Order: sequence, then structure tokens, then C-alpha cells
Amino acid sequence: MARFAARRLIGLVAVLFAVSVLLFVVFTVLPAQNPAQQLAGKNSTPQLVASIEEEWGFNDSVPEQYATMMGKVLTGGLVSYRPRVNVLEQIVERAPATLSLSIGAAAIWLVLGLALGYLSAVHAGSWLDRLLTGVAIAGVSIPVFLIAPVLLYLLSYKAGIFPSAGYEPLTGNPWQWLTHLILPWFTLAFLMIGIYGRVLRSNMLDVMNEDYVRTARAKGLSERRVMTRHVLRNSLIPIVTLFGLDFGATIGGTAIITESLYSIDGVGNYAAQATANFELPPVMGVALYGAFFVVLFNALADIAYAYLDPRVRLGEAPRS
Amino acid sequence: MSAPLLEVSGLRVAFATEAGLLQAVDGVGFELRAGEVLAIVGESGSGKSVTAQTLLGLGRSPGARIEGSVRLGGEELLGAPEETLRRVRGERVAMVFQNPMTSFNPVYRLGSQVAEAIRAHRPGTSKAAGRARAVELFEAVGIPDPERRVDAYPHEFSGGMRQRAMIAMALALEPELLIADEPTTALDVTVQAQILDLLARLNRERGLATLLITHDFGVVAEVADRVAVMYAGRVVEEGTLDQVFYEPQHPYTWGLLGSTIRLDRERPRRLAQISGAPPSLLALPEGCAFRPRCPHAFGECPQVPELRARLTDSPGHRDRCWLAPERKRELR
Repeated sequence: MARFAARRLIGLVAVLFAVSVLLFVVFTVLPAQNPAQQLAGKNSTPQLVASIEEEWGFNDSVPEQYATMMGKVLTGGLVSYRPRVNVLEQIVERAPATLSLSIGAAAIWLVLGLALGYLSAVHAGSWLDRLLTGVAIAGVSIPVFLIAPVLLYLLSYKAGIFPSAGYEPLTGNPWQWLTHLILPWFTLAFLMIGIYGRVLRSNMLDVMNEDYVRTARAKGLSERRVMTRHVLRNSLIPIVTLFGLDFGATIGGTAIITESLYSIDGVGNYAAQATANFELPPVMGVALYGAFFVVLFNALADIAYAYLDPRVRLGEAPRS
Repeated sequence: MSAPLLEVSGLRVAFATEAGLLQAVDGVGFELRAGEVLAIVGESGSGKSVTAQTLLGLGRSPGARIEGSVRLGGEELLGAPEETLRRVRGERVAMVFQNPMTSFNPVYRLGSQVAEAIRAHRPGTSKAAGRARAVELFEAVGIPDPERRVDAYPHEFSGGMRQRAMIAMALALEPELLIADEPTTALDVTVQAQILDLLARLNRERGLATLLITHDFGVVAEVADRVAVMYAGRVVEEGTLDQVFYEPQHPYTWGLLGSTIRLDRERPRRLAQISGAPPSLLALPEGCAFRPRCPHAFGECPQVPELRARLTDSPGHRDRCWLAPERKRELR
């Protein structure tokens, strides 16, 4: 198990290296324009462009340029130039908002999605199942940019239950933190609740036909124990992989739309503003940061997968 | 003679399908006494597995229509509340299934799956006690190094070893009856023989009554005391092992026996087969269901023959064939 985890984490470093090379190529090698000009942004002075060219070593060989870029990224020396602001500091400052949004939304979609999936599988074919299927389809088919304004209009503007926008730090006022995040959480989780509910439902219906479920019944286990210990337990294994992908992607990018819609000053919003202003360094920084989370949670999901399914633990001591 | 442990009578199981009502089991009845091994033999679709699964309410189709009676020690199981069935399963009647590769949950250790069966019926059992019992049971069914092997996962066992573990699990609560549904079908021939030896030994040493479901007359000959041959949802012949083997009364039984390789007879150049295919259960022929495939069908066959003793000298030997016993002797 430990060996599997170690191997998977080494793989993570390799993937991050590949991602960084890809980003380097996209940002500095491919563009026809002078990359220094791009990094400097709109309305830059020739002096600034010249100093960036010097700073980034754009006259050096390509591998050296890569090394210079990664040096900046890894030491936190990446800055945006108008005005001169440190990118890493900006990200770190905004990370709590993005993490609050993503983790909260993930908790909601996991709990509600899995509960919905479990109930519709156990009561497959009943009115409850059909109702939950309808909810799931609504979740999948209504886009985030429609849900958010509707929720804001109804629950914030009309009913005045929730504040309309912004983010309050958890360390300041936890109650404000919570009320500001409830609508964004549900907006972000809505689609996922439907997907997770449907996936778990179909996994469970498959597993219910497995021979070992019949064995479990034949042993005289109670129906609830058969459903939880055998059907649900085994149906959750693929969900772990799905969650690793989705959660990484949420932190590393999907949250952008929700952050913009609710004016939450998180990492996604930072990237969106930088893109609008043609500022390249924040986009580079956020892209690498996003890639890191996607890859990290993927690796964690694989490790969890191996923990949950003993057949996956390759590289264990061979069986005698 | 003591009262039978298991009495099945008039068992009928039908499934509603898009093409109509499918009568998978049509009036099956048999008795099984303590310490006895009864084999139910038949080909795929004869209803033997459906019969076995229906006994404990383990059928997979929620819409199945079930009629008849299944009594265990006098207690009716058909239509009994789920809680009653749950207490019977594993505790009084245990099952072993066809495919040992898929019959264990792949994510739990084998020992813990055995312990789970014990704890389901004896809630106070500690984990350690459950594991200790699993070690004992593994030992009893001939799994080497049981102390270590109870902590293995199913995929770390070979098919034969898994079937042993499956039998060990079935024995966990010392049931009165073991239902073995094609227990050797998925195994190599040599491993088959080992598993059959094990079943025979458990029957002999523990007096474990066994209902053995199989399509293989070779398996029957190894372990059974009595045999019931099923065809298209009905028992067509029933008797002791010797009766059915040495004086088979139904042409279908002749066909099954003829298509078995036997070491005590000269090897045939070409193995005999029963011509044609089993009938669709949705469109059974009128009368004897075997009639379209039977080389000896005659005038009476369009009426269903009842299952009864037709030989004057062996009362327990019953069959569903209109042919006169003397005629059968000539034809065999």
C-alpha cells in the first residue's frame, strides 16, 4: 500500500513537470508576438518590455528560458507588471475564498448526491426514484449562469434571506461567512448532485446483481446490512475516482464562473480579471496552481481507490 | 422413519416476461431427510437453480409468482416474513453457489466474510472470536495454513480454494441443510473431485443433509443418495441413486446417462447426445414436455403423465413416462 502511494506520488511529479512544459510552450514559445510584450500587458512602455526580456532571459536558449520561468514559479518570484504585484501572494490571499467555496460545495454535492443515489437505487422504480431522477436531470440540464441569477433574484433580492454577493473570511465572522457562501455552494453543487446521484444509482443497481450480494443475503444478513456493507461499499469505489477529478477541477478552475457570478474575490476571479486585462503572469500562475490541484486530487483518488479495492494494490508483496 | 427435514410440494415459479408468463418451475415436489444427499439433475433452463433459490427466498426477480409449499422441519418458508427467512438463511440452511470467483465480495478479507455470517446470527460474537472460528473452519475444509489464509482477499485464492472457503462459510453456524447449486461447475475436473470428496465427507462426518443441484451425472454418482431428474420445470424421474442409474425409467434420463462418459463401460466412438434443444418455457408442447425430442413418443404422450411409481417392485422410484416398464426394458 505504501509502495503504491509512493509510486503514485512520483507519477504526480512527472505529470506536473509535463504540464509545466506544456504551459511554457503555450505561453512563451508558440506565440508569434514577443513574449516579453505579452507579459508586460497592454499599454506597456518599451523600457518595461526590455527589462522583462532581460529578466526572463528571452534571448537565451529555450531550455534556459524554461529554467528561468520555473525558477520564478517555484520561488514565488512570478510578478505581474502593471502594477508590479507578486502573483503568488495574490493567489495565497485569495485561496481561502476559493477553498471555502470548493470544499463546502463538494461536501454538499457528496452528501446530497450520494443520499439521492442511494435512495433511488434502494427504491428503484418507486415514485421516490422517479422524483429524484427528475431532480437529477434538472441539475444536469440547468446551467450555472442561469441558476445563480435566479437564486440571487428570489432568495436575496426578493426574499432578502441571503446577502447578494461578496465573501466574508471565516476568521472574521463565521456566520457571515456561512450566509455569504450558501447560495454559491448550492450553485456550484447543483449540477454535481445530479451527476453523483445518477452515477451512484446505476453503480448500485449493477452491484445488486453481483453474485456476492446474493451470497450476503444467503448468509442471513439484514437487508440494510447487505445494502450498506456490500452494495453501497462496492458502488462507492468508482465514485472516489470521479470525485478526485471533479474536486481538483473545481478548485483549479470550475469555481471561476461561480466566483464571478457572486463577486467572490477568489483565485478564479483573479484569473478572470487578469485575462480580461491581458495580464499573462497571473494566468500562468493560476494555470499551474490549477494543474497542481487537479493532478494532486487525482493521485489522492488513486491512492484511496487502492485502499478501497484490494485488487488494485499492485506492487504489493506477491501472494504466496 | 423420521419426518423429512425439507418437504417441497407443488412448487411453481413463474416470471412475467414481455413475451408472456414463463413457468420456470411447474409443480416440483421432493423430500429430503436429515443426513441425506439429494441431487437435482437437469440441463440449463430445467428450473433446478430457480427451485434451489426459491427455497430460501433468494430469487432475483421481484415479480416472480411463487406457489406451493416449502417446509423446513415442519415450518412453512414460502411467504414467510423476511425476518423469519433471514434467521433460517445461514443458520439452518446454508448455500454454496456455482461461481466461487464471483461469490465473495472482492473488497473484504475472506475470514471477515466468514465472521460476518457468524455475527449476523450471534450478534455478541467478538471480531477475534469470529476470526478464530474462521480459522477452524478453513482447517476443517482443508485449506492449508488457515491461520494466515483467513486474512487473504478472495483474489488471492484459486477457484478450488475459494470454493472450499465458500463451503467453510456455509458451515459456520452448523446448518442442518446445505444447498449446493452447481458447486463444481466452474472448477477443473481434478478440483471438482476434491470438492465432491469434501461434500461427501461433510455429509458422512457431520450428517449434513445436502441438496445438490447439478447438470452432471458424474457428480451425482459421486455423492448422491437419491436423484431427481428435472426437465422443463418438472421432475420427470425420481429414485435412489441405484434405481435411477441402473434402471432409468424416463427416456430423458436415458439420454442424460447416455451422454456421460463412463469408465465402467466401453468408450463410445462418438458420445451420444439428445437430439434437438430443450423447449421454450413460453411455448411448452402439450402433454409430456420431452415428447418432441423423444424417439419413443406414441399415442398417450400428448397428455401430461403424472409422477408416480410405475414399477411394482420399487415403490420409491417414480417417473413421468407413459411407456410400459416392460417396453422400456426392451428399448433401453
